[in-house]
Amino acid sequence: MTQPPVRSTFFLAGARDTVPMLVGAAPFGMIFGALVGTAQLAPWQGQLMSLSVFAGSSQFIAVGLMAGLASLPVIWLATVIVNLRHMLYAAALLPHVQHLPARWRWVLGFLLTDETYAVMDGYYRKHPHAPLGHWYFLGSGLAMYTNWQCWTLVGLLFGAVFPQLQTLGLDFAMVVTFIAIVVPQLARTPHLAAAMAAGAVAYLLKELPYKLGLTAAVAAGVGVGLLLTRLRPGVSVQRSAA
Amino acid sequence: MSATLAILGMAVLTFGIKAVVFILGDRIAFSPTAKQALGFVPVTVLTAIIVPMVLAPHGQGLELTWRNPQLVAACFAVVVCAATRHQLLTIMLGLVAFFGWQFGWGL
Repeated sequence: MTQPPVRSTFFLAGARDTVPMLVGAAPFGMIFGALVGTAQLAPWQGQLMSLSVFAGSSQFIAVGLMAGLASLPVIWLATVIVNLRHMLYAAALLPHVQHLPARWRWVLGFLLTDETYAVMDGYYRKHPHAPLGHWYFLGSGLAMYTNWQCWTLVGLLFGAVFPQLQTLGLDFAMVVTFIAIVVPQLARTPHLAAAMAAGAVAYLLKELPYKLGLTAAVAAGVGVGLLLTRLRPGVSVQRSAA
Repeated sequence: MSATLAILGMAVLTFGIKAVVFILGDRIAFSPTAKQALGFVPVTVLTAIIVPMVLAPHGQGLELTWRNPQLVAACFAVVVCAATRHQLLTIMLGLVAFFGWQFGWGL
């Protein structure tokens, strides 16, 4: 390299390396947008959620909870539980971000997603000392953000043009989307047992008010998973992305 | 406007969770147990949401029958996903199975 590294080069490389993730996130954004109507939300509120929350799984769950008339504390608690995994991602990326000015750390934190974490993890493994790695991070994060907004809008328009989709059982799209996220993670025994415990408790306690059964189910599932991990010390527990 | 309040609350909480480690840096640390526990969260939350929707889609009793399109299509999607590990294919075939089963039986 005769030329010094340029910010825009890193920014564009980050966006380019995120393209497969953009394609993968597109149907999720569209399904989310189409589901917004089922929760008695106005289209602008659906877009507001994508713009301000920017965390797909928790957005899906919030729409499901709102459709079930869950209370505010339950929606917020579910948001916290589902999004906690981002703290693990941030902890893993922290050594590469720590030296940046505060405004950079705030922006990159906001843009952190499962997909951008996966891209950055791969990037920092190959380039542990990239001086402009944060521009690559920004490129990946902003590409995901723009993509998510566009596909949310497409889904909102789709849902507005075909309102009867809701009565056709479009919420099954959410079920099958979650299946596609969960099943690949069930190869490890503790995760399989955790999921089965959570599913069983969620079904048995589904009549509890405010969706408290969901919280109990997660607690039971995590407990079973931890227990099995302890009993089988050979099993390594890795971060899992949803 | 409680929906807007719910959304803005979610935004604040999510930003706090995502950014707190970057902002506080080394002042925050996880025990190995906490890390393990967090690793189980995605599978358990998502499973806990879909199981009641699939087993009792009308919010009444258990519908453990082949006439329940949610159940049939969900089982099919699990098999497709386990066999192919392909997310988009799972979603598309799962939806086709759901709508096909629903209309095929005139439910």
